[in-house]
Amino acid sequence: MATRCVPLVLLACGSFNPITNQHMRLFELARDHMNSTGQYQVVGGVVSPVSDGYGKPGLVLAEHRIAMAKLALRTSNWVTVDDWESQQPDWTETVVTMRYHHGRILKEFMQITATHNDVSSGNDVPLSASPPELKLLCGADFLESFKIPGLWREDHVEEVAGRFGLVCVSRGGLEPERAVHASDTLSAHRQNIFHVREWVSNETSATEVRRALRRDLSVKYLIPDSVIKYIHQHNLYTRDSESVNEGAMLRPLAKQAVKSLDD
Amino acid sequence: MDGQKITKVVLLACGSFNPVTNMHLRMFELARDHLEDTGLYSVVKGIISPVGDAYKKKGLIEARHRLEMARLSTENSDWISVDSWESLQPEWVETAKVVRHHYDQLQAEEQAKDDVDTVKYAKKRRVKKNCFEESAQRTRKDDPQLMLLCGADVLESFGVPNLWKQDDIAAIVGRYGLVCITRSGSNPHKFIHESDMLWKYRNNIHVVHEWVTNEISATHVRQSLRRGRSVRYLLPDAVVGYIREQRLYTAESEQKNADVILAPLQRYSGASSR
Repeated sequence: MATRCVPLVLLACGSFNPITNQHMRLFELARDHMNSTGQYQVVGGVVSPVSDGYGKPGLVLAEHRIAMAKLALRTSNWVTVDDWESQQPDWTETVVTMRYHHGRILKEFMQITATHNDVSSGNDVPLSASPPELKLLCGADFLESFKIPGLWREDHVEEVAGRFGLVCVSRGGLEPERAVHASDTLSAHRQNIFHVREWVSNETSATEVRRALRRDLSVKYLIPDSVIKYIHQHNLYTRDSESVNEGAMLRPLAKQAVKSLDD
Repeated sequence: MDGQKITKVVLLACGSFNPVTNMHLRMFELARDHLEDTGLYSVVKGIISPVGDAYKKKGLIEARHRLEMARLSTENSDWISVDSWESLQPEWVETAKVVRHHYDQLQAEEQAKDDVDTVKYAKKRRVKKNCFEESAQRTRKDDPQLMLLCGADVLESFGVPNLWKQDDIAAIVGRYGLVCITRSGSNPHKFIHESDMLWKYRNNIHVVHEWVTNEISATHVRQSLRRGRSVRYLLPDAVVGYIREQRLYTAESEQKNADVILAPLQRYSGASSR
């Protein structure tokens, strides 16, 4: 019997402030790579912008970040934007977002399987496809973030890397492997961490895009035209917007600090 | 009356455009921002001029495709367009000649505009008309300046033996002007410093720093395509679509000209053509 590929959904969490061509490249690269392993079949991609409660400097309102991501992905037939995370009242830990999306895609899968079983003669013939997996799609800097004190809970790192898995896209260097090596938890699950190389250096960082916008410089061809238009229509990314949350503590750090006070 | 005189500039980019990428288009945007930032220039037009098939570069696909892709990529631009003159020439044309052609073209356009004005006002201002005729021989002060737009790799290619004629380099940097976009791993300032000729015309060489490392090399794009990998978001969508429809960039297309000598090397080193 032929081995079936595991259906895979890639989830990218982040500020998307704003979404750039580079963000969308991550999905393309990750899909190509995971499909070529022969073990997976990438069936979907999800962009999940962080909520305003994250407290990052320069973060514009979620409604704008969601709108821009939707515009950028309008012509994509497999990546979508999801606003669940951004709608939560407080900042949501990555693992919580992952649990939500995994639950959602499992439910959809069960419903399809149930329908299939109903349609067939009534005996419990399981669908030959295995249940879908969800993995976190990220860049190398994300892996580095695991070692920032107070930013991640140990049990969350365990769940993200162990239960779900990571697909990390980076340029040619060895930084992502080093980051995995430097963490006992990540190391233990290194089989579940996939490294994808983008040999073409294309670091269209959102920080640079915001900088260019503040200085009235062109960002054409770094982000989609539709997003540029939106930014100008709503007058986003000015000197004022960059100072939003200035001096404030990043929400995850504040949350962890409070927890340790409670102990 | 006016403190600062603003020179109009037209940017001309020559190259294979095999295929055109977002990086090529970015170069225009960066160059325009940089020049206008000085307060001395106003960039009025951008021209993409794909090289002819006679250049004989390895993997160079037909000019008609490269032209069409470049055209599709500039659909959403209100100032950058594609010119086919160079690609239609039967033999390979030196860059300096292409620059000269476009410069002459621009002059002719400006002249045509002036002629219309001249006819209009001739009856009222006889003296003015004579002045126009005289100055037609010289370059008028408000003619746009034509500058060659390129990456730092092109600047550094000036040093490759037999690739460029020294006279041509002198013409490009001396008479016209160069806008050079940096890439990581290149140091254009050092290169200019180490060449007496470039140093002499350093005020005509505008070095633009690209802070966003954006090296979408067309070579990598072709490689990705050969391997069935996605190039989405590295090129405009319309171009990705065209490449797919026309089934361009295969292992076969990459072998084109594999055993042929590049046209400029053939011409300047006197190597036999076969």
